[in-house]
Amino acid sequence: MNIGTRKILDRSFTAVGIGSIIVMAMALMIVVVPIVTNGIGAVFFTGTIEHRKMLFNEFNRGDSENLSSEAASSNRYRAKVYSMMTGFEAELETMVPEKQAEYKAKYSQVRTSLQALLGPLPGDPEPMLTRSKYGQTRWEKAEEKLHDLLYESKWDNSNPDVMAKEYFVSRAIGFEGTSLVNLFPYVENNLDKILLPEFTCYWGFLTDSSVDSHFFGGIWPEIQGTFFLAIGAMLFAFPLGVVAAVYFTEYAKPGFLNSMLRSANSTLAGVPSIVFGMFGLAFFINTMKVSESKSVIAGALTLAIMILPTIIRSAEEAILAVPKTYREASLSLGSTKWNTIVTVILPAALPGILTGGVISLGRAAGETAPIIFTAAVSVGSAIGLADVFSSPTPALSWNIYNLASEHEAASQIRHVQYGMVLALVSIVLLLNLSAIVLRARVSKKLKG
Amino acid sequence: MTVDAKDISESAPVQKATRDIYLPPARKKITGGDTTHISAKEFSIYYGEFEAVKRVSADILAKYVTAIIGPSGCGKSTFLRAINRMNDLIPSCHTTGALLFDGEDVYGKFTDEVLLRKKVGMVFQKPNPFPKSIFDNIAYGPRLHGVNDKKKLMEIVERSLRKAAIWDEVCDRLDKNALGLSGGQQQRLCVARTLAVEPEVLLLDEPTSALDPKATAKIEDLIQELRGSYTIMIVTHNMQQASRVSDSTMFFYEGVLVEHASTAQLFTNPKDPMTEDYITGRFS
Repeated sequence: MNIGTRKILDRSFTAVGIGSIIVMAMALMIVVVPIVTNGIGAVFFTGTIEHRKMLFNEFNRGDSENLSSEAASSNRYRAKVYSMMTGFEAELETMVPEKQAEYKAKYSQVRTSLQALLGPLPGDPEPMLTRSKYGQTRWEKAEEKLHDLLYESKWDNSNPDVMAKEYFVSRAIGFEGTSLVNLFPYVENNLDKILLPEFTCYWGFLTDSSVDSHFFGGIWPEIQGTFFLAIGAMLFAFPLGVVAAVYFTEYAKPGFLNSMLRSANSTLAGVPSIVFGMFGLAFFINTMKVSESKSVIAGALTLAIMILPTIIRSAEEAILAVPKTYREASLSLGSTKWNTIVTVILPAALPGILTGGVISLGRAAGETAPIIFTAAVSVGSAIGLADVFSSPTPALSWNIYNLASEHEAASQIRHVQYGMVLALVSIVLLLNLSAIVLRARVSKKLKG
Repeated sequence: MTVDAKDISESAPVQKATRDIYLPPARKKITGGDTTHISAKEFSIYYGEFEAVKRVSADILAKYVTAIIGPSGCGKSTFLRAINRMNDLIPSCHTTGALLFDGEDVYGKFTDEVLLRKKVGMVFQKPNPFPKSIFDNIAYGPRLHGVNDKKKLMEIVERSLRKAAIWDEVCDRLDKNALGLSGGQQQRLCVARTLAVEPEVLLLDEPTSALDPKATAKIEDLIQELRGSYTIMIVTHNMQQASRVSDSTMFFYEGVLVEHASTAQLFTNPKDPMTEDYITGRFS
């Protein structure tokens, strides 16, 4: 091959390599940027007085004096809104029946919107759900709700050939000629005085339990459950995996049984995780009866089975990568095989074994399917260490899915979903980072 | 500096006809060195079907230095590694005949290979210190055999390092990683590590092939120091080295022990024409 062709080939390979890296980096950005920007919103956001009220009532946090003075200032503006409403209600009584019925229907919509925005109105019965006890706690949500109050959403079905189109009609026009017409501009102009938005840094999102199925509060039970499950899985899988790897590399004699075991191990690594989930339910809970029903221990065992092949593989490779000369040196000094493995081979293989272990830990933390049937519940409080044998736990992976797709008010709690995703991604990233650091430190120690 | 092409062709050194370069230096006699320490009787080593060492019979004298020479692949390393059963690491390897160490069969049914290796230490072609501190490298063997007292370990470490003539170079950095030493230092450290378990026999498998001439000279000096205290067997490709350090020499060719004689005799007056061809460089 002549030198010109060779150079062109080299350059085009370089170009293709750089190009693919750029594409991957962009794909990563597209995934990560929304997760980070939206996820951070769970902790840093513009909170309203309703948020501070909620914190004070549900978590007993915050300054009561400050809160009551804020509430007093907010209530002055609210009182105006409420008085406009009572005024209109009185006006409603004096109307002719047809008009009365027409306005009543419209007015009840206004009431509902106001309830969503400001919380229970005077004279409302005490709400059953905590979520109905407070108005909008987040300013950007409050602005959405304000829009709902000001405009009625309608659907344009005039053209049957295209999909119906949404359009908005101002509610104020509907109340033209009544006293309520003033309410809309008043709320619009004074919303910030009613809700008192303020930059909020809610670290409690990471350390609080949730209130009213994740409507308020934090995700601590999920974070804790994720750690319990992942670490529990490691406690079972890591020692077992390392011992199995030592057996495969040092003790197993080549033969039919050995090659069967190895291929079984490889196959196990490729089994879909939902199959492990079903297996966990059938074996650990129904057959072995490690617990009455779902429990952390059952989930941890299932995850352990799932990550075991990976740990065995990486440990095996790490052990095989230890130079043969170490083994020879140790044996020639009169060391037994067992001693050689424990004092020379395993320490030298440690960086590789640890890396495999921590990457598996990250995988165990992120898996959903194996814990659906064995360990996860959608809503629950943080469990104590003593309860791992009997109680299930919420966990980030499962709750992300649950909140995004099965929660009855999924669209109201987007910030919680993104917050959970960011928390999970950060945990996995942190684990992998610690693997890298650990590996670097151990191999530095080995290299001297 | 330039070299004139004319000089090269005209001033080619005259080939020395004699084999004086192989004349071993005079050495003092060793007391108690006339007993047989290791003895092979019709000893063969196989890798699967392949017979790597063929019916070797030889007696190795205690406390003397025995060199094993021969071309690559002649079985000399295999023979050396058979003495402390390092060949056990190769699953297909098996032996016939007898190899006696202190009168006991090395490959006997009841031989404890771990005990054997404690008595028969080995230093390998490439320096292979553990990725641990210098101290831990030397103390590894004694610890294995039950010495845990810190003071006693320190004594052993110092004694071994002194015997291996490396104490002065490393005494102030015993806690540093052994992989930070130079190749020659690493190899002497490996010798010290072997000496720390107080073996009777020292097997050296081409110990200087990865070292520069200066480090090689140090190792050779070390062998001279140790001569008389240990039975030493050294495999080497360097015939001058064999003649410099050994008292007797074995010449292997294609698995057969062609000649085994005192070094002086083997290099100056070989009985077998094959030996003569080899040491005069007619084949290698």
